Amino acid sequence: MELIRTENVTKIYEDGAEGTPAIRGVSFSIRKGEFIAIMGPSGSGKSTLLHVLGFLDRQTSGKYWFHGKSFDEHSGAEIARVRNEKMGFVFQAFNLLPRASVLENVKLPLLYSSVPDSQWEEQARKSVDSVGLSHRMNHEAYRLSGGEKQRVAIARALVNNPEVIFADEPTGNLDSKSGAVVMDILQKLNETDKHTVILITHETYTAEHAERIIRIHDGEIASDAPVDGRHRIRGTLFK
Amino acid sequence: MHIKYSFHTALAGITTHKSRSTLTVLGIVIGITAIIIVMSLGQGAQDLILNQVQGMGSRTVVVIPGREPKGPADSAQIFSDSLKERDLALLRNKINVPTASKVMPILFGGETGSYGGETFRLTIFGASEDIPEFFDLAPEQGIFFTAEDIRSRADVVVIGDRIREELFGSADALGQRIRVKDRNFRVIGILPKKGQVSFFNFDETAIIPYTTAQQYIFSIKYFHRFFIEADSEATIKRTVEDATQTLRNAHSITNPDKDDFFIQTQADLASRLGVITDVLTLFLVAVAAISLVVGGIGIMNIMLVSVTERTREIGLRKALGATDRDILIQFLLEAMMLTGIGGCIGIILGVSIAFGASLVLTRVIGFGWQFSFPLNATLIALGVSTGIGLVFGIYPAQQAAKKSPIEALRYE
Repeated sequence: MELIRTENVTKIYEDGAEGTPAIRGVSFSIRKGEFIAIMGPSGSGKSTLLHVLGFLDRQTSGKYWFHGKSFDEHSGAEIARVRNEKMGFVFQAFNLLPRASVLENVKLPLLYSSVPDSQWEEQARKSVDSVGLSHRMNHEAYRLSGGEKQRVAIARALVNNPEVIFADEPTGNLDSKSGAVVMDILQKLNETDKHTVILITHETYTAEHAERIIRIHDGEIASDAPVDGRHRIRGTLFK
Repeated sequence: MHIKYSFHTALAGITTHKSRSTLTVLGIVIGITAIIIVMSLGQGAQDLILNQVQGMGSRTVVVIPGREPKGPADSAQIFSDSLKERDLALLRNKINVPTASKVMPILFGGETGSYGGETFRLTIFGASEDIPEFFDLAPEQGIFFTAEDIRSRADVVVIGDRIREELFGSADALGQRIRVKDRNFRVIGILPKKGQVSFFNFDETAIIPYTTAQQYIFSIKYFHRFFIEADSEATIKRTVEDATQTLRNAHSITNPDKDDFFIQTQADLASRLGVITDVLTLFLVAVAAISLVVGGIGIMNIMLVSVTERTREIGLRKALGATDRDILIQFLLEAMMLTGIGGCIGIILGVSIAFGASLVLTRVIGFGWQFSFPLNATLIALGVSTGIGLVFGIYPAQQAAKKSPIEALRYE
């Protein structure tokens, strides 16, 4: 089933008389349950593409449907609801609330959801368990290591059981070992829990954990192909 | 988002930056403290003044010669000679004013009294034998003069504590003679130290029979005031009406605008004084309110800084599903909670200081001051302080809500 479809999506930043096109005429489609890497050097427009796909920003022209509906077919509050219920975000800079505990950080999306508050605790704990951080449940976020922070961010992205997880350079700020743990979790989420995962990265090695790579160059798709000899990491987290 | 969690989130925002929050609300705390103090002390002052007025007895009505002043700037002829001996007799007649239990004429004026080599500028107060009941006076030593002393224009005097002290020092004053206007007055009574009662300071007053005062001291045939006591609270109005009619008839007045006297009740006086203290209190509150506006601008300033500083947090919350409204409410609640907490601290501080001041006023200065808990002021202060949060918090909150999630997430 098709989850995401773009047709000729272009995004121009209005920062000069001409405007800088960040992405131009991008078309592709992503099925439910896929693990996709969008890869390209910095400045290639891959983050801009992620913002458009995540309804965080609106394309300048072209069409984008998520679940068969475009940005403009939703009200502002509905956009927020789609982001809350159907999408999970993992950022390079983690973006946790530093003074809040791990559990509170993971609960954050539930605050804005329609999930009754009696279930919050259970859902958040389950999510923290799934990234192997049960022992850090009540630690303040700023005291965690980088790898742990990113795992909290993943737990937060998962807590509302979204259809798609957007991961923007999730290993960019991590050492290779922590990075491997993060990739392991993403693969597990995709394969075991059937989440669609869209990974943004500039590293070929990281991208090759996905099933399919869309290469972006100067805002255009350079190639879109399945990965031969996909890297698989197993058991870094739960031995 | 459920409002309960909006409160939670806002509270977390405040407690994360404790020292900044404290500094931010300082302006509000000071403003509210000032307002509470002013309102509490204003109420205390009003109570004090009203108590003084009540010291004259709430059933007392006062007949004043001349036209009633129409406003603060209207200087009526205060010392008119319209109240005569005949008027006194008519007012005392039960047929004219059946509800008047006592009618007392009054004369007063400054004179110099001397004893031995000492002199003192005292207030001569010519009154009838009813004066102890009207002003709730009782001599500490000796007695008051009697109806017989009034008839015989006796040269007797009841002196206040200050006069005793100034003229006699530690010597015994009772039975001694004070010289006023070439007449010797025998001291038959000494009043205890009493301080100001209504508009009279009895400590500096020498009370003599009104007949003596008329004939020998002031050499006049009229009176400065009549004090009438109604027989009950319920008949005050009737007493005023009957006395007015009696005097109009006696003075052949048909047009009330031409009255050459007016009658003041204690209620009139109290409400007139009440207006004065109210205006003063209001003025001071207005001054204090300026500090609240300044405090509010301080809140707005800090909230704007806070919104910029927390751009990432706002972006993150939006990415995770917060609507513009959620963000607006979060920051608005934060501002309102800050000012509300500031208001509460201000109320506690203000009430404590006002209470301390009332202790100083009673124990140290010796006023009959009563602390009054300013319940109205407290409620107003709470409302005003959270209102300031609302007014000055809305703009920063709108700025926060307007931020686009990617701009916010990119912000370093």
